[in-house]
Amino acid sequence: MKFAVIVFPGSNCDDDMYYAIEETLGEEVEKVWYTETDISGYDAVLLPGGFSYGDYLRSGAIARFAPVMESIIEEAQRGMPVLGICNGFQVLLEARLLPGAMQFNKNLKFICRPTPLTVVNADTMFTTEYEQGSTVTIPVAHGEGNYYCDDDTLEVLKQNDRIIFTYQDDINGSAAGIAGITNEKGNILGMMPHPERAVSDLLGSTDGRRLFQSMLKNWRESHVASS
Amino acid sequence: MSLRLEPSPQQIKEDKVYHDMGMTDEEFAMAENILGRLPNYTETGVFSVMWSEHCSYKHSKVLLRKFPSKGEKVLQGPGEGAGIIDIGDSQAVAFKAESHNHPSAVEPYQGAATGVGGILRDVFSMGAKPIALLNSLRFGELQSARGRYLFEEVVAGIAGYGNCVGVPTIGGEIQFDPCYEENPLMNAMCVGLINHEDIQKGVAEGTGNTVMYVGASTGRDGIHGATFASEELGEDSEDKRPSVQVGDPFMEKLLMEACQDLVQLESLVGIQDMGAAGLASSSSEMASKAGFGIEMDLDKVPQRESGMTPYEMMLSESQERMLLVVKQGREQEVRDICDHWGLYAAEVGHVIEEQNLRLLFEGEVAADIPADALAEEAPVYHPESTEHRVFTENQKLPASSLPISDRKQTLLDLLRQPTIASKEWVYDQYDYMVQTNTAVQPGSDAAVLRVRGTNKALAMTTDCNSRYIYLDPETGGKIAVAEAARNIVCSGGTPLGLTDCLNYGSPEKPEIYWQLEKSTDGMSEACSVLDTPVIGGNVSLYNETQHGAVYPTPVVGMVGLIEDLNDITTQSFKQAGDVIYVIGEAAPEFGGSEVQKMVEGGISGRVPELDLNLEKERQQSLLEAIRSGFVHSAHDLAEGGLAAAMAESVIDSAGLGADVTLEGDTTAALFAETQSRFLVSVSPEHTEAFERTAADAVRIGTVTNEPTLEVHQSTGEKVLQADVEEMENAWKGAIPCLVKSKD
Repeated sequence: MKFAVIVFPGSNCDDDMYYAIEETLGEEVEKVWYTETDISGYDAVLLPGGFSYGDYLRSGAIARFAPVMESIIEEAQRGMPVLGICNGFQVLLEARLLPGAMQFNKNLKFICRPTPLTVVNADTMFTTEYEQGSTVTIPVAHGEGNYYCDDDTLEVLKQNDRIIFTYQDDINGSAAGIAGITNEKGNILGMMPHPERAVSDLLGSTDGRRLFQSMLKNWRESHVASS
Repeated sequence: MSLRLEPSPQQIKEDKVYHDMGMTDEEFAMAENILGRLPNYTETGVFSVMWSEHCSYKHSKVLLRKFPSKGEKVLQGPGEGAGIIDIGDSQAVAFKAESHNHPSAVEPYQGAATGVGGILRDVFSMGAKPIALLNSLRFGELQSARGRYLFEEVVAGIAGYGNCVGVPTIGGEIQFDPCYEENPLMNAMCVGLINHEDIQKGVAEGTGNTVMYVGASTGRDGIHGATFASEELGEDSEDKRPSVQVGDPFMEKLLMEACQDLVQLESLVGIQDMGAAGLASSSSEMASKAGFGIEMDLDKVPQRESGMTPYEMMLSESQERMLLVVKQGREQEVRDICDHWGLYAAEVGHVIEEQNLRLLFEGEVAADIPADALAEEAPVYHPESTEHRVFTENQKLPASSLPISDRKQTLLDLLRQPTIASKEWVYDQYDYMVQTNTAVQPGSDAAVLRVRGTNKALAMTTDCNSRYIYLDPETGGKIAVAEAARNIVCSGGTPLGLTDCLNYGSPEKPEIYWQLEKSTDGMSEACSVLDTPVIGGNVSLYNETQHGAVYPTPVVGMVGLIEDLNDITTQSFKQAGDVIYVIGEAAPEFGGSEVQKMVEGGISGRVPELDLNLEKERQQSLLEAIRSGFVHSAHDLAEGGLAAAMAESVIDSAGLGADVTLEGDTTAALFAETQSRFLVSVSPEHTEAFERTAADAVRIGTVTNEPTLEVHQSTGEKVLQADVEEMENAWKGAIPCLVKSKD
């Protein structure tokens, strides 16, 4: 499986994402600069955390117009797995690949801490290695992680099991405690917590590994099925 | 030609215009003498910033030379952007600390943010990849709205900048004391990793080579920042807000990435950050170090405002800028890299044979000054020194005992003192995990980062208990170094060396200069004995207002090497049944202690004694015990003594407690701040081996499964019992509670 880690000017978790794939899965992974226009040669897209374009204007608002995004949107619509972490999630929202928007955390401060999450839906291509309803500890590090959407959208997310992770404590004010959601098709996951920071005991948690393992496993299965 | 309303050289002299720039009559006469003519406005400005205390260390140079700065592993000592120490495998660690006190006092968010930005550039201009940020902060006691504002905004500024550039802020220390109410201290430290072959220097050599300017454009922000940093804060300091620079961490991130690529170029001759005194210092220092000169055409300097004068351009401290010297004809290599990262790269001049800094502007020579005169020949002062009356008077005081009856309440109150209380409210705002190497998060004695691709790790800490130094500068100076080393050792590391940040009042006052002299004497001695060379640092003087000077605060930033990841040790107790030891015996030493300040409302008397040889012995034996795998937890005893240390070790332990019995004077055993002591827990099967290794270790009790701390006297009488939950609430709740208060 070949992963693309998209690098915007100001991305700062691109190396961490790269190492997480390399060390956890041992699969092929490449960094892709924001000026690239064709990502069809990859099997999955990873949008890393950081402060793309300094988060000036709004988090993700400028990155959404980066040249690489057109190809990402195209491939995502064709079903390529796309995972956006933190700033990557914000970019997905700005690109309208996922519904809703981010506000400043309710205490108006950046928060960085290991955070207990509930796996609300373990039946997605990103979460099959988790147990439904289980608790996982994955760090957050964000200033704008207070997820907002209108009531109708929230209802749709709930009805269609598109809320994948929720915070067990209300750390940032997110609607319904949302930490991660998918698109309707289920091939795009955006989440604020950083699974790439929870891949070794040395770092304090290995709960993030299963997310990447799920992606690999499901990709393999779908490829066996299709070939 | 633009209209420049600048005084003529004659007017500058007659109206003593240079006084406004912080130059004395004698200094102006020296400058006139060096040039053999009257300096013009631009030249006067350049002289004044380069000869400011901040850039020239004119009042402290003599003292800084005393610091031991050499060592087998030192690859780069003081004098460059950062010092560098070998860590084996052709890798090295580059680090430095710097103050940004005055800017943080008048514009706390930007002052702190640009403090972080500046120290990052010092490190990555050496060719290193920044892997960690630390800080050391001082504020008033959060009793006033202004005090809380400074505290919140400084923390937010550090977070805002560090988080964005993607370098984890992994540690630091904060003390609160009324003496910092109006003059907070903001010291930032950066640690970088570098391969030996990538080490760069800030030199401009080779006649004809091209001087290039990379990064943000030059604006009118921060003009005379270095001068502002070299005078006392007064009522008009608010007016100096334009002297505070404005940070752009996104630009810094791009510049940092570009520099990692630029240092790989064979065509790169030298590189230096435009820090304090901006273009003036970077150009003159690079030329002076190399024994060449630089001719610069200021019309080619990228400018963000129109109509800027040479004076403004040379003195601007606009952030996120680098000066490079590149082999002639190979400028395109630099441009290509900068293009990739979306940065400016302008050719602004070239290296010349004649050892002068010559500035051209609109076809005329705007300044022509010998580079050495600016960078090397600033006046050196030997200020008058008088023993500080605080020391004289306190030495005469008899040792007093403290009236403590309710020991539990005393412990809970101590845990609520902001200096001891958990700093979670602060580090929760810092991204301390980015780069995914953080093995020990903020909150333990030292932060620990693994070195990716090796089995090694680095421990780092900042330390300084300025109360001791105020009462007794020499002993306090020793303690600052020793305590930093203790923190490194408790984490399983060998101290490698240190950077300092010397924050004092006005050196022109004999008693303050005496503090500076004595405390650096103490630090030097400790550095020699503990084998921790000083590889760089920074001096911040004139930290005073009309209400007096801050406590002398020589912050020590230390880095240690952990040779095996298995040696990483933290302060929290790990398992029930482990045996608890204290290394070192308590004496009734309360002078300058947290408990004294809390109970008596102030500090007085003699500070704890420190025997450096004993310190070294104990540090070595503890490190040996850690490396042998005997030790489950280690914590140095500092503010609040054994009681506070035990509370911290149980609070972090996930449901464990401790049951201990203390010999002798219980108040001293619990709360005294006697030096060279450690709290250690050891698994039962290793106790004999541990005791053989650490000769001064005294067994005091065991780790229990009950979440409570119980302390008995040797008679069996219980003298303290506190639940972990109530200790935790006191310790963790204190700072959020203080910040929220609205009075």
